[in-house]
Amino acid sequence: MSEPISTKVEVRLPTRMGYEKVAMSTAASVAKLMGFPDERIEDLKTAVAEACINAIEHGNRLNEGLSVGVVLQAGADELEVKVIDDGTGIKKQPAAPDIDRKMHGEEDPRGMGMFLIQALVDEVEWVAGADGKSSYVRLVIRLDKEAQ
Amino acid sequence: MQSETKSHVDQVKSPSGFPVAVLRFDGDIASTSKDAVLGAYQALPKETTKLILLDFTGVDYINSSGIALVIQLLIEATNSGQKVCAFGLSAHFNKVFTMVGITKYAGLFPTQAEALAAF
Repeated sequence: MSEPISTKVEVRLPTRMGYEKVAMSTAASVAKLMGFPDERIEDLKTAVAEACINAIEHGNRLNEGLSVGVVLQAGADELEVKVIDDGTGIKKQPAAPDIDRKMHGEEDPRGMGMFLIQALVDEVEWVAGADGKSSYVRLVIRLDKEAQ
Repeated sequence: MQSETKSHVDQVKSPSGFPVAVLRFDGDIASTSKDAVLGAYQALPKETTKLILLDFTGVDYINSSGIALVIQLLIEATNSGQKVCAFGLSAHFNKVFTMVGITKYAGLFPTQAEALAAF
């Protein structure tokens, strides 16, 4: 019996807006090596970018003394991405964005990141760190999504 | 790290002869793009600008903060009685704009000619 194929790639980002693009490019490169179609790679890029932006802005609260960890675990037919920050994790998930409420000024035009992550990957969970920090979001995107 | 957003305005006419302001964006659209997106829009004279096209042909990366800027532009345009359409988005960002509901307030088209024909 052959050993399961697994490859881990780790990236550490500064807590600075814009560096989410480094994680995005890395995730895209790994997904391309795994054979993901371009459309799914674009989904992954947006989901990873939004997860990193949340980690930079809300998890690490823009504190440049902290960093954001990104761990990509490539399995045989799925790619798992963990984005780790030093925040306490999210207390509750925000409601799905409502464009009508946004247009009428009843809802902040921002606040779509978590919705996009959920909508674009196959699996997502937000995990609060047991020590009040080292919280992470775990995303999974599957290679055979079209076949399901 | 984010590529600076550039924008400029072209004045064109729709096939029906109506004047249309085309806001052309180039670079990333993110939280740092406020001046390039909202600033460029707000510099248009509201009395004479009733039709607006957003050109995303030169844009590779839009994040949720960038989408929020587009929504803010749509709010101001709606309140000013202006009609907005967009073109040049990649297939992926077309999907994302549709998912967040922007298509309810701004038509998305593949090309400038198709967008202009909608006015």
